[in-house]
Amino acid sequence: MLARLFAPPSEARLLGDERLRGPTAWVVAIMSFSIMVIAAAGLALTNTAGTLSQTIEARYSVEVPAGGNVAAVVSAIRSAPGATDVQAIPEAEMRRTLERWLGSEAQSGELPVPALVNFDLKQGADLSDVQRRVRSASPEAKITTHQEAVAPLLRSLRLLQWVAFGLVLLLSAAASAAVVLAARGALDTHRFTIEVMHGIGATDLQVTRLFQRKIAIDAFIGSLAGAAAAALVLLMLTAGAAFAGELTGGATLSGFDFLFLAMLPIALTVLATWVARTAVLAALRKAL
Amino acid sequence: MARRVSLSLQAAGQGEGSKLSQVAEFDSVGLRYGTGAEVLRDLDFRLANGGFYFLTGPSGAGKTSLLKLLYLAQRPTRGRIRLFGEELTDAPRESLPQFRRRIGVVFQDFRLVRHLSAFDNVALPLRIAGATDEQVEGPVREMLAWVGLADRASARPPTLSGGEQQRVAIARAVINRPDLLVADEPTGNVDAAMAQRLLHLFSALNRQGTTVVVATHDVGLISATPGAKLIRLEGGSVADPTGTLRNPPRPLGSDG
Repeated sequence: MLARLFAPPSEARLLGDERLRGPTAWVVAIMSFSIMVIAAAGLALTNTAGTLSQTIEARYSVEVPAGGNVAAVVSAIRSAPGATDVQAIPEAEMRRTLERWLGSEAQSGELPVPALVNFDLKQGADLSDVQRRVRSASPEAKITTHQEAVAPLLRSLRLLQWVAFGLVLLLSAAASAAVVLAARGALDTHRFTIEVMHGIGATDLQVTRLFQRKIAIDAFIGSLAGAAAAALVLLMLTAGAAFAGELTGGATLSGFDFLFLAMLPIALTVLATWVARTAVLAALRKAL
Repeated sequence: MARRVSLSLQAAGQGEGSKLSQVAEFDSVGLRYGTGAEVLRDLDFRLANGGFYFLTGPSGAGKTSLLKLLYLAQRPTRGRIRLFGEELTDAPRESLPQFRRRIGVVFQDFRLVRHLSAFDNVALPLRIAGATDEQVEGPVREMLAWVGLADRASARPPTLSGGEQQRVAIARAVINRPDLLVADEPTGNVDAAMAQRLLHLFSALNRQGTTVVVATHDVGLISATPGAKLIRLEGGSVADPTGTLRNPPRPLGSDG
């Protein structure tokens, strides 16, 4: 593999020693950095949405109108098979929450505040059974799912994932376009050498291999540099991610995600090499 | 300077080429660039295997264009060209490199790769043919010594004189022992003494079986080569009043 990547010195000399003076490595480094950061953000969003969805999916609230029998509702829910983590929200806490919108008026006795009872339902448990039991304890009580409440947020998160995926594709396409331009530039720079080589009997593949190797090495160096910079930035963002992690049940990046991110520079190098090879071969075919 | 050497590396198809009676056959060949007028027209001639030819004619007669057809840098716009017994007029471009490897070309402007040393320039045809660095070392040193540049192996073309560059170009053209050597005004940039030395080199190669075609204005060069045939181009056509270029006499016992 390495022997294929690095040409023997006599072959490397054919194109001169101009590596890193060209734009390829720099452009690929910038693209690699951007792709890594966006991909990491996309993966974190995916995990966040997944965790949020899992957490919320099984969570329900019972709204008991003011004056209702909260204790009876709590014991009705507890008696239902599959209902866990049943918690009645104290009225004082409800009023404290309302203070954010209503100010001190929220503490007024004239303001009727409904009671809330939150509970989780195990997978496969019958929600209608819980509803029957709650109605028998308090006919005015109403059950709502948390999933409905956060559905718009989840939709936004999923949209952002697709935006991140699209950006990764766009940046990859931009990196490919930059490689095509770099390959054409390199062909122009070395047109004389190529003409001499063709005249002596070099095949298109022999000429292409020279450029392919050069661009592959430049792309690999650029990808690694960009990935290293991105890793540094992601590391610095870890503190912020820890805060977000608390909100979302600890969702950040998994081991698989890190493996995926580590593969990106290699994927970018392979893409750049393939694009360079295709571009050079297409350009050479125009000559006799 | 022109001491004889026996090169160990054989060009691809060398043996096959040496059996042919004719290296090149041009039948009603015409060439035009783009939509312009024909620069070459109705070329009908044969180059005998092992022959020595001078291509002459006034400036603009089409000598360089004819050489380009010979060394496969250009396709004819009409007519047929056979090289080494193969019809190459419409041959797919992927097949051309194997024929180009059997042709050595000395360009008027040398066409040396500036950032490569004299050694690497001479070694280029061998490396393209797939020789390893170890296989290249001996023949290239030998060839550089043959052209009197053994001590200039690591020098790059811009640091060489015109004559030295010319000799590097010749060494590169003949390192593969080509079946056909094509030289475009090889004495145009050198003094009379150097021209004579180059002619000795070409004659030595010709004696070893290489067909030589030299485009030149140098009458002294032509007269100093007894036995060489003259191809005169005038206005894009070959002047062949006796027809010997179109139908060359075959040696007795020839089966080609």
